[in-house]
Amino acid sequence: MMDKTLDKTIAQEYKYGFETDVKQHTFPPGLDEKVIQALSEIKQEPEWLLKWRLKAYRHWLKMAEPGWANVKFTHIDYQSISYYSAPRKKSAGSLDEIDPEILETYTKLGIPLNEQKMLEGVAVDAVFDSVSVATTFKDSLKKAGVIFCSFSEAVKEYPELVKKYLGSVVPVTDNYYAALNSAVFSDGSFVYIPKGVRCPMELSTYFRINAANTGQFERTLIVADESSHVSYLEGCTAPMRDENQLHAAVVELVALDNAEIKYSTVQNWYPGDKDGKGGIYNFVTKRGACRGVKSKISWTQVETGSAITWKYPSCILQGDDSVGEFYSVALTNNFQQADTGTKMIHIGKNTKSTIISKGISAGRGQQTYRGEVKIMKSAENSRNYSQCDSILIGDKCGAHTFPYIDVRNPSAQMEHEATTSNIGEDQLFYCNQRGISTEDAVSLIVNGFCKEVFKKLPMEFAVEAQKLMEVSLEGAVG
Amino acid sequence: MIKIENLNVSIENKEILNGISLAVKPGELHVVMGRNGTGKSTLANILAGKEKYKVTGGSVNFVGKNLLEMSPEDRACAGLFLSFQYPVAIPGVNNMYFLKAAVNAVRKSRGEEEIDAVDFLSMIREKLKIVALDESFIHRPVNDGFSGGEKKRNEILQMIALEPKLSILDETDSGLDIDALKIVAQGVNDYRSPDRSFILITHYQRILNYMQPDFVHVLMNGRIVKSGTMELAKELEEKGYSWIEEEMVEIT
Repeated sequence: MMDKTLDKTIAQEYKYGFETDVKQHTFPPGLDEKVIQALSEIKQEPEWLLKWRLKAYRHWLKMAEPGWANVKFTHIDYQSISYYSAPRKKSAGSLDEIDPEILETYTKLGIPLNEQKMLEGVAVDAVFDSVSVATTFKDSLKKAGVIFCSFSEAVKEYPELVKKYLGSVVPVTDNYYAALNSAVFSDGSFVYIPKGVRCPMELSTYFRINAANTGQFERTLIVADESSHVSYLEGCTAPMRDENQLHAAVVELVALDNAEIKYSTVQNWYPGDKDGKGGIYNFVTKRGACRGVKSKISWTQVETGSAITWKYPSCILQGDDSVGEFYSVALTNNFQQADTGTKMIHIGKNTKSTIISKGISAGRGQQTYRGEVKIMKSAENSRNYSQCDSILIGDKCGAHTFPYIDVRNPSAQMEHEATTSNIGEDQLFYCNQRGISTEDAVSLIVNGFCKEVFKKLPMEFAVEAQKLMEVSLEGAVG
Repeated sequence: MIKIENLNVSIENKEILNGISLAVKPGELHVVMGRNGTGKSTLANILAGKEKYKVTGGSVNFVGKNLLEMSPEDRACAGLFLSFQYPVAIPGVNNMYFLKAAVNAVRKSRGEEEIDAVDFLSMIREKLKIVALDESFIHRPVNDGFSGGEKKRNEILQMIALEPKLSILDETDSGLDIDALKIVAQGVNDYRSPDRSFILITHYQRILNYMQPDFVHVLMNGRIVKSGTMELAKELEEKGYSWIEEEMVEIT
């Protein structure tokens, strides 16, 4: 009986599964050098970028899909995917030129793009399939000297910055999906915070996959110049479909001396149905380089969506006294799988990193924390604190933890804590006896479990994340 | 308040309660005593709606409703409270947050408005005094790292905050030192009123020194074999349970 309620609690419908009927320009499925050339041409890219793409593509051809992750899926046929799909009436310029259907889509998703209705204090870049359709508050940001625009625009307007930093954190040869992304990425967001500037508002990108049989390959590059500060958030949703869709993004962050980047993700891609059919394959490479002294990069992620999640937002702590943080909540329900974690590479002296990972498995969900903390020889007096907690709901799910620790300097201080617990019948009964329904009890317990991470999210999104957890957990208790 | 008639309960085909009948009127305090393993906690859990037990016969009427058909949370909302023998810890969940969720769930079911954080805090401050706990206590995770005495006092705190009609206290006295025992007893005594009832389950007569029960029942082999008043409890304290067994043998 308890299991039935639990199941019901975990299995609520995906709210963002609608499809927008809009005329799209979509490449036929398939991938070869001609496709990449055509893509580069549509985007009117400079020669160097095309070359860069082709170099990545040629390297990708020689690579094999990584097999080490603790996830199972049928082989992806990369020739059956379309690598470009964009609304026909598209413009990143004025809102009047955007298809009203698309504006409506974002309003439905809770991200109004109209100036009057925009979220206060949050600038949004809206990416629809392969292109950015709008960026809000661009002018007010410009006054502060902040560049926030689509990646395509950045290539045109700020080629020197793009050329300097693109691929400098995640090289084209880094891994299978990053190489593929480098070859075929279509758009994304670009952020540059000049020296000494504290970005006056939250920046965010909202990714939406709409077209069927396409992949979304976006690229985000954030550069925080000396003594600057920025907080950035990304959100993602997709329609409900029986087919799996690939989302292979690359995010690169660069923090120079005394700069700070806070990067938050609320990932809610379509997770597939309760039988495990459909859903997004979220294979993402995210890495930040703390290049400057006393720089700081902080990753916070709430991962509730996707059929499969494969991502390890990492920090390269190059600058002396630099700080890396990773706060994660990942939830897998039904047949969802997640293999996620982080890498903290300590190179500079007195570098510090913190890892807090909270995994929640329900239904038949499988969850893996995979993390690496590496203290290089040069990293005198470095410290790491890691904490990996897992909670199991029901008896058909799994939680796995693979922490790798590699210390090459004896002055390092390392701490690692891990726990696994389950929401017991006794806990639920205790809550029930106090009048609290099983559904509410589960979200009470899970929210208590995630509190430490939710606290790290920007205010507006912490509430959002909490709601999202409740929705994603619906039907988990039975 | 509650009327239990000929209740039979088993777990994995093993009969635990074997035809219990017990009626508690508003305002009354009934004590159920007995040795370990006689079915005392089973009785408490079955009334609260724990699922692993199977009711094989009999009925329970609670405030005019068929209790056995209600979900545990509906029973709680209807005014049935169980002070657990072993309250479970819920790490990460703030005690105050939990209590507020519980109070609001019960209020909601009565069609009352939810209490806001400010009113709730001032209400809880008053109740904390009754169980002699300081305010830091409610900011700790539910029962996590609580001492035995703190857990039991927390149960009483929940009881007086939720204002149930019928409170079942399952060995709330066990494991308490004399000071904690007095506090718990005082908490219950303060809460007694003509429209509130209690079933107190205990091994020992000790807590009864601080309370005035109306009736005392002895549970043996899943049945109430003897009922009386405070005098019966005193007799049990002096002579133990075996004389009742002998008496029963004589009858049969």
